[in-house]
This record gives sequence, structure tokens and C-alpha cells, in this order.
Amino acid sequence: MKRLVLALLSFIVWILLIWPFTAYGIDWQGIIIGIFSSIIVGILFGDAFTDSPHRFFEIRRYLWLIYFIFVFVWSFLEASFDFAYRVLHPSLPIKPGIIKVKTKLKKRAGIAMLANSIGFAPGAVTVEVVGDTLYIHMACLKYQDTDEATAYVVRRFERILERIFE
Amino acid sequence: MRETIGYLFMFIGVVFDAIGCIGLIRLPDLYNRLQASLKCVAMGTSFILLGTMIIAGFSPVGAKAFLCLLFVLIISPTTEHALARASYIAGVKMWEKSTVDRLKEDNVARERIRVE
Amino acid sequence: MINLLIVILTCCSFLCLFRIARGPSASDRAVAIDILGIMIVAFGAFMSIKTGKEFYLTTALVWALLNFIGVLALAKFLEGKGFDD
Repeated sequence: MKRLVLALLSFIVWILLIWPFTAYGIDWQGIIIGIFSSIIVGILFGDAFTDSPHRFFEIRRYLWLIYFIFVFVWSFLEASFDFAYRVLHPSLPIKPGIIKVKTKLKKRAGIAMLANSIGFAPGAVTVEVVGDTLYIHMACLKYQDTDEATAYVVRRFERILERIFE
Repeated sequence: MRETIGYLFMFIGVVFDAIGCIGLIRLPDLYNRLQASLKCVAMGTSFILLGTMIIAGFSPVGAKAFLCLLFVLIISPTTEHALARASYIAGVKMWEKSTVDRLKEDNVARERIRVE
Repeated sequence: MINLLIVILTCCSFLCLFRIARGPSASDRAVAIDILGIMIVAFGAFMSIKTGKEFYLTTALVWALLNFIGVLALAKFLEGKGFDD
């Protein structure tokens, strides 16, 4: 099961990499080589991939993933415009500090995804993860208290991520 | 028409790259520089690759631009987090006007990092 | 048009090189190297549009992955230096 999922994922990446749909027809040679090499990759590296492969076949999670991509891109745009304003302002309006937030996610993949998403939230980067506590460095500090900062930074990613990964 | 939209996206991307590099020079300490520049440059590069996708359409160039966009969006927050953690452990000082440092207050966490 | 964009991006790369040359600590240099690596992907996209060849984007893809692995190795190295202090 794990090996099948990994083989499918590597076959999709292979198709994007060589793009066999040319104007003169489909390049069957490339597709056959891709099938063989993704089966080999799946057999060799399937053990280290994931521990719950049945989740890859639930459609609900993919719909939440699409919604998560929209939220992620919106927060990415917000962060970039925020920093563009702060960098170009003559007096550099920044107020940095490291604060502490808590998360409710249990799975390691979910926490890693949350730490990466916080990397693109407006003015925040994860410095350290210890258990369920995330230490984040913020460039413009609005809240120093743990609960308020959690509600401001973490909540909007967390409520979607716990539907994707948990 | 399609080329005009693509070049417009590319122009926005180059402007954001320039802002990121100006931030790399102007901001005072490492953590602020890391966030500001990496976010602006990742967004600029994403916009340039998006413009490439719009100009090229459904062709090998477009597919590879999409793959590049995916990789840039995956690898840039990961390197951001890795560099921030490594510099904190290596002992890079924060800016002197910083307000709080909860990681230093929770000394237990830092000891646990060192033991691991 | 595209030549102008390439010239602007080259000037930005020189700003990055300035930070690499002057940065006070090793971590600053690692950050600047990471940012320069992401900008080289943008150069690959520009060259691919300018010439119409696709292998520039392949080069950019490989460069992005190698840059990722290299920066992670640099981060590990910086952390390891902290253990000895």
C-alpha cells in the first residue's frame, strides 16, 4: 500500500518532468520508462515514506487541501506586501521578539506542515519546536501573551490542517 | 495579449525581488533579514515562474515552470526554519531593541535542545 | 523588455553579494547564499523565455534542489558549531 502510493506520486512528478504530450503525439517511450522507474522507487523506498497510506485515498482531505492552498497563498501575499511596506518605509517600523504559541495537532507531519506555513504568515518564522509548543520570531509584535498570539497566528492554519492530517 | 499579462507578472516579480534585496541590506539583525528577504524573494520568484507559465502555456516549458514553482514554495519555508533554528543555537544575538525572548526565558527547552 | 528585467535582477544579485562579502557572522552569509540560490531559479526562467529552450528550466530545477540540500547542510554545520561552545 505504501509502495503503491509512493510509486503513484513519483510517476506524477516524472510526467511533469518530461511532459510527453508533444504536438506529434504521445511519447510512449518516456511513459514506459517512467512506469518502470517509479515501480523501482516504490519498492526500494516505500518503507520510509508514511505510516498511514489509506489517508491518501480519501477525497475529503484533497478538498480541504485545495482550500488550504488558497488560505496559504493569501497569507503569503499579505506577508510580502507587509514586508515591502516595512522595508521601504524610511523609519523601519519593526518591533521584533520571540513569543510562544501552543498547537493542538498531534501528528508529526501536521506539526511540520504548520511550522512551514507559519514561515509564510505575516512577519513570523518558527525558531524552535518542542513537543506541542512552537517558539516563533515575529517582526512586528502585536501580542506578547501566549493565548492571544495563538489565536492570531496559528488558528487560521490549524483548523484546516487538523482536517487534512488528523 | 497573453504575452503582455505574462510580462506584467514578471515585472511585479522583479520588483519584489528588488525589495527583498534592499531589505537584505537595510534591516538590522539576522532574523528580520531572514524573514523579510526570503518572503519577498520567494514571492518574486513565484511570480516570475507564473509569468513563464502564462507565456509558455501547455508545453514542456510550462510544465517545468509549474514544477519549479512547487519546489520553490516547498523549499523556501523549510530553509527559513532551518536557518533560523541553526542561527539561534549557534548564538547569533537578536537586535538590541527587541522586546521579548521567551525561548531564553524557558531555559529548560534550550537545555533539551543541547542534549539532543 | 526582458533584457531590462535581466539587468535589474543582476543588480539585485550584486546587493546579495555585498551582504555575503560584509556579513558580520557566518549565519548572515548562509542566509544571503540561500536568497541568491532562489534568485538563480528566476534567471533560469528568464533565459528559458528569451531563447525558447527548455533545458534552462531543467537546470533551474536541479539548482533549486541542490541549493536546498546545500543550505540544510550549512544549517547543520552551524548548529554543530554551537555544541562545542
